[in-house]
Amino acid sequence: MLQIKDLHVEIAGNEVLKGVNLHIKPGETFILFGPNGSGKTTLLMTLMGFADYKITKGSIVFKGRDVTRAPMYERARLGLGMSFQRPPTIHGLPVRTLLEMCAKVGQASSSAGAQAAEASDSEAMDLDALARRVNFERFLGRDVNAGFSGGEIKRSEMLQLMAQKPDLLLFDEPESGVDLENMAVIGQAARRLLGGECEDGAEDCPKRQTMKSGKSGLIITHTGYILDYVNADRGQVMYEGQLCCEARPLEILEHVRKFGYQECLRCFMDEKQTIALNLPR
Amino acid sequence: MFDLKKYNFTEAETGISDFSKLGEADRQRLLYSGIDVSEQGRSGSFLHMNHEGGRCQSSQPGLELMNIKDALQRFDGLPQYYWKLLNPDQDEISRSAAQNLHGGYFIRAKKGAKITEPVQSCLFIKGNGVGQNVHNLIIVEEGAELNIISGCATAEGTSEAAHLGISELYVEKGGKLTFTMIHNWGENVAVRPRSAGVVAAEGSLVNNYVLLQPVHDVTMYPTISLNGENAVARFNSVIVAPAGSYVDTGNRLLLNAPGTRGEIIARTLTTGGTIINRGFIGGYAAPAKGHLECKGLVLGEGRIHAIPELDAKADGVELSHEAAVGKIAQEEIEYLMARGLDEGEATSTIVRGFLNVDIMGLPKELQKAMDDEIQRLNAAGGM
Repeated sequence: MLQIKDLHVEIAGNEVLKGVNLHIKPGETFILFGPNGSGKTTLLMTLMGFADYKITKGSIVFKGRDVTRAPMYERARLGLGMSFQRPPTIHGLPVRTLLEMCAKVGQASSSAGAQAAEASDSEAMDLDALARRVNFERFLGRDVNAGFSGGEIKRSEMLQLMAQKPDLLLFDEPESGVDLENMAVIGQAARRLLGGECEDGAEDCPKRQTMKSGKSGLIITHTGYILDYVNADRGQVMYEGQLCCEARPLEILEHVRKFGYQECLRCFMDEKQTIALNLPR
Repeated sequence: MFDLKKYNFTEAETGISDFSKLGEADRQRLLYSGIDVSEQGRSGSFLHMNHEGGRCQSSQPGLELMNIKDALQRFDGLPQYYWKLLNPDQDEISRSAAQNLHGGYFIRAKKGAKITEPVQSCLFIKGNGVGQNVHNLIIVEEGAELNIISGCATAEGTSEAAHLGISELYVEKGGKLTFTMIHNWGENVAVRPRSAGVVAAEGSLVNNYVLLQPVHDVTMYPTISLNGENAVARFNSVIVAPAGSYVDTGNRLLLNAPGTRGEIIARTLTTGGTIINRGFIGGYAAPAKGHLECKGLVLGEGRIHAIPELDAKADGVELSHEAAVGKIAQEEIEYLMARGLDEGEATSTIVRGFLNVDIMGLPKELQKAMDDEIQRLNAAGGM
């Protein structure tokens, strides 16, 4: 699904990502941990294609296509979707209109794929039903993000992705600024997105759902709350622009809770030394 | 420089009696000024072309709609209303209209009458060099409701003309007036409206102004006085200035009685023209509340000069303003691009949203015209 090789990224002349390698397979969900400022959001923004994130070296291959230099909309149309942490307000643009645009993109990208377009068509049309799943039906007439609370922003982001139906979902801290009640709604929405929009009640285990749907995820989390809802296969810690310490996400979470990221740093330094020692050979 | 002598105020092609006499191109131009020639969903229609009035139709009880000249004759010169808010010696524009009146509309909603569907009034110029003097009078009597769409346009092929318009409007106790003015002039048309209005106790006024098409220059700065307790007013303006347009407009709102409230909202967009966006709210009685919002987008080489002013002279008055002029935030464009819109689509979506001020009663076609205009600007690389 996604193959990142030796990715170096600069923001305003400062190198933030310093050689990131990452491979996410179809149906796999990857969790990104790391302290503030380590480069997690930068990685997501770079994958999505934001202009201020300058790739100086390395490559991004998505669904077999090199998108390292591709414009944002091409990536979106190819099936890459992102939930924003702090999205801008767009005055005069009702949520419903934006959802219609997302649905159009979603249909275009899914019809290119092998999925049954028929079912997705009828579902995409019924935006009200979609909105009800995240308790958002009352907001469809409101301007996008205008005066939304933290939880409302997150629900709106989830809803847009539900209309867009991406194959690789990038979630930037889906739990930040969200109360527990909203967390459940958002968590369930994330699970559905990764599980390929399964119907309510169809209680399959999240892992099997995700595997079946072939949807992949890349999730940034600090608190790990999202792990209560989605099945995460692998995780890694981002530290100073590099990925280290691959392990099962819950293990990483527990480790960070107990020892903090300082411990990661030590481990990371050890790894580096090992590499350095190995180099002459 | 604006020179009245350049225009012919005495001779012009004679007016027409009916919309049906208009060619297809001119009907389209009227449509883009909010005038529906089929007259569907309209309480009444008025047409003034060049120097004389033509069609004047209304079947609604409680609604008087006539040529101002006829009204002056029938109502003994309308001494309570005619030239009461404006001064005929104010400037050369006012003098021209006072001394050589061509016509204009008189619209009155009688006491308690609820005229829900809009009355449409069209001021039309056909022929290069034509100067037009009109005087309009709107009266909403006690407890009455009235909705007016005033569309101003030049004919297809008429590029140079001058429109001088005097408008006085009165909203009496508990009356409600929605007044929407839409301009669809030509590239060399000079436009000089002079307007003033008063709103009595418990009355309300919604005043909309839409200018999407090129014009040589427009200058207007109407004054609305809220003279009765709890009177309210709201102004919405949507202004687009392509290269060559010079638009100097705004609203002056005077809160003269306790409990009055008002809001002035302007959305301006230049793609090469100049926009001077004025706004003034004076709070002269307490409590009173006013808010002024000037937002401008500069795309290309244009200019927007926002001049918001607040003047409070009573303890307990609350006035605020918000002015912002600039380009489209890259952040907003990228947000939409992440949803699969290309840069052009994202830009026009944002611009459409920016100009999306809810104005009731506009024909669908005008909304479409607005969309088309945005698409056109987009395609021309203006954004």
